Amino acid sequence: MFDAPTIGSTVELQDSKITASGVHVFYGDTHAIKDVNVNIAAKTVTAFIGPSGCGKSTFLRCLNRMNDTIDTCRVEGNIHLDGEDIYDRRVDPVQLRAKVGMVFQKPNPFPKSIYDNVAYGARIHGLARNKSELDAIVEKALRRAALWGEVKDRLGAPGTGLSGGQQQRLCIARAVATEPEVLLMDEPCSALDPIATAQVEELIDDLRTRFSVVIVTHSMQQAARVSQKTAFFHLGHLVEFGDTPTIFTNPSDERTESYITGRIG
Amino acid sequence: MPLTWLVLILLTLVGLGFILGRRRALRSANGDARLLHSRPHFYGANVALSTLVPSLGVLVIWLLLQPVLIDRSVSHMIPPEMVPADTTLGLVMSDVRRVAEGLDVAVARGVMSERDSNTLRTELTDLRARLGEVGVALGQDVRPEVLSAAQSYRRLSHAGTMGMTLVVLAVAIAGFGFSLIQSRKEFRARNVVERGILSLLILAASLAILTTVGIVLSMLFETINFFGLHDWRDFFFGNTWAPNFRGESELSILPLLWGTIYISLIALFVAVPVGLFAAIYLSEYAGPKTRSFAKPLLEILAGIPTIVYGLFALLTVGPMLAGLFGQGGALGVSWMAGATSVLTAGLVMGIMLIPFVSSLSDDIINAVPQSMRDGSLGLGATQSETIRQVVLPAALPGIVGAVLLATSRAVGETMIVVMGAGAIAKFSANPFDSMTTITTRIVSQLTGDGDFSSPETLVAFALGLSLFVLTLGLNVLALYIVRTYREQYE
Ligand SMILES: Nc1ncnc2c1ncn2[C@@H]1O[C@H](COP(=O)(O)OP(=O)(O)OP(=O)(O)O)[C@@H](O)[C@H]1O
Ligand SMILES: [Mg+2]
Repeated sequence: MFDAPTIGSTVELQDSKITASGVHVFYGDTHAIKDVNVNIAAKTVTAFIGPSGCGKSTFLRCLNRMNDTIDTCRVEGNIHLDGEDIYDRRVDPVQLRAKVGMVFQKPNPFPKSIYDNVAYGARIHGLARNKSELDAIVEKALRRAALWGEVKDRLGAPGTGLSGGQQQRLCIARAVATEPEVLLMDEPCSALDPIATAQVEELIDDLRTRFSVVIVTHSMQQAARVSQKTAFFHLGHLVEFGDTPTIFTNPSDERTESYITGRIG
Repeated sequence: MPLTWLVLILLTLVGLGFILGRRRALRSANGDARLLHSRPHFYGANVALSTLVPSLGVLVIWLLLQPVLIDRSVSHMIPPEMVPADTTLGLVMSDVRRVAEGLDVAVARGVMSERDSNTLRTELTDLRARLGEVGVALGQDVRPEVLSAAQSYRRLSHAGTMGMTLVVLAVAIAGFGFSLIQSRKEFRARNVVERGILSLLILAASLAILTTVGIVLSMLFETINFFGLHDWRDFFFGNTWAPNFRGESELSILPLLWGTIYISLIALFVAVPVGLFAAIYLSEYAGPKTRSFAKPLLEILAGIPTIVYGLFALLTVGPMLAGLFGQGGALGVSWMAGATSVLTAGLVMGIMLIPFVSSLSDDIINAVPQSMRDGSLGLGATQSETIRQVVLPAALPGIVGAVLLATSRAVGETMIVVMGAGAIAKFSANPFDSMTTITTRIVSQLTGDGDFSSPETLVAFALGLSLFVLTLGLNVLALYIVRTYREQYE
């Protein structure tokens, strides 16, 4: 009975950035995402919550076709970005990913210097015309990710030599530096202390003025603090999707309520 | 076969020890295994090891020492004038051993009684004929000194074998009894057994190291002999390689080193790009189906013996190159005198190294975590940008290590050079010239019919040691590079 899908509240179609309808994802024979319909609005923060293994990361990775890199993974359904089907054969996943950036669940800095890590995307996309512009991009991104103060004296040190939380912020800075239109963040604060978490939340709030942000989080408080929309996933279904205050104060599905109040996990 | 029996008895004791040790420990805990300090089989293993290891050690040492000691004491019985000028004491001693073995066989067949064999006199018996009857052929008539030496050789080895059997059994039984008494519940059998296993592992490791040291030392002694006979300045700084078995040779390593380096460089020029590109294709682009047949196919190439590559060089690549660049060749340039050349050997050696480089690099590239690629792709990089800017830099130390390992294989390669490059030692930058390498000269110096103590033969050891130092240096460098830059992405 818990398996039954429930479609979330109706969404305003006009300003939606990403629309996903009837999305199924399979890993070989495992059915990981079951008929998910979501609209991600422009200039909003959308939070994905749900118990571990329910498919949050899987769905997030569909939004910029990162699942293409997994051989066994198969995606069905429609996902549109600005009205364009991203799984259309004419769409270049490389261009898509430049527009839809991603911060991964596990920090994965490149074995390069801190500077080169942050400058990577900017270099590839030719965002800087000279060294001083690149320096400015790197500094800005590191400041926004609340890492500048800790690393400004050792930008040449390897990114892999940072602590876990610092690596997580480095990956955030790396993604922010390419100025994506949509930023997908998979548990970006899982290894951060309260102060750094607050700074990253500030960054998310700041990004919202221009971009859309999708954040996966296990912290109810965080979802409530930073997001305007919340989607609750359970066992591969999207159980409930709607305005964050509504989800947290007046959920319509009993599964959502039990999860939020801590009874299922 | 007393040795076989001895070993069988030992093994029986070991098996018995295992069962008894286990049982005694269990009984001391009234059958409750949880009261024991260690699991019951550790007590058994402790008794088994205490029985086996010391006695086996004594056995091995005894077997190694006994012939040496007996040889030494018996060789005193051969007066110096008995050793003719054209032979050595060693040859006479091998005669002695031959006769002793012959007597053993004769006694075993019942042709001769044990007493007879000890009291035989050459004056009274034609020993050569009698041993011939039982199938032991002797080269010449047995002289009285040799016979008496052989008789005392037999006596000593019989006594030695007897002593050995007794001592080994005594050691085994002592170990058996002692450890069996120990097998009570508070005894820490697991710790003892694990320490025993640890020392076995250490023994194996040090055996490998000792062998290397032994090889180096034996080369070193011969090399020192060589430098006693030949000027080291000529060896290291001369510019001609011209061995002459009548003496007055010029034996410089430099032309050979040049040939070695030149051929290896050409081989690496072929193998590194091709192998690396193949590895990149296989690990990053090829689908699982292509991979599953292309990778084993490449590895078959690695299993071909180098002599076959040599034939390929001799019969196919050499004539083909000569047909292109030789006199009256397709290009009309006549740069190449014969089919053997640096280029021939280098190309074929390069082909030989391709699977080596590709398979090592493939493993290394595959070891770069997928999350690294995801990170790059997630920022909107293309696959080739990801490979060039993230995967290859992360894999670079390993790839450099693979290339250096390939280099030491190229430097040590012999057969392809023999068949592809010719045998002329010279300095030349022309890749169409014949040239030769250190390895092939080692073979030719040792297989010639030269005197073993002449510098022309001994130079092979100096060359070998130089080669060893060269490849050792390369390997150490490879290890150093791999170690320094490893773990960057962990
Ligand atoms: N590469 C993969 N191959 C096969 N199955 C996978 C793979 N990745 C995820 N899955 C399966 O898909 C389901 C959803 O996984 P997903 O990683 O999306 O969960 P999640 O909601 O992100 O969990 P968490 O909160 O623990 O990160 C799980 O059952 C998981 O076992
Ligand atoms: Mg996840």
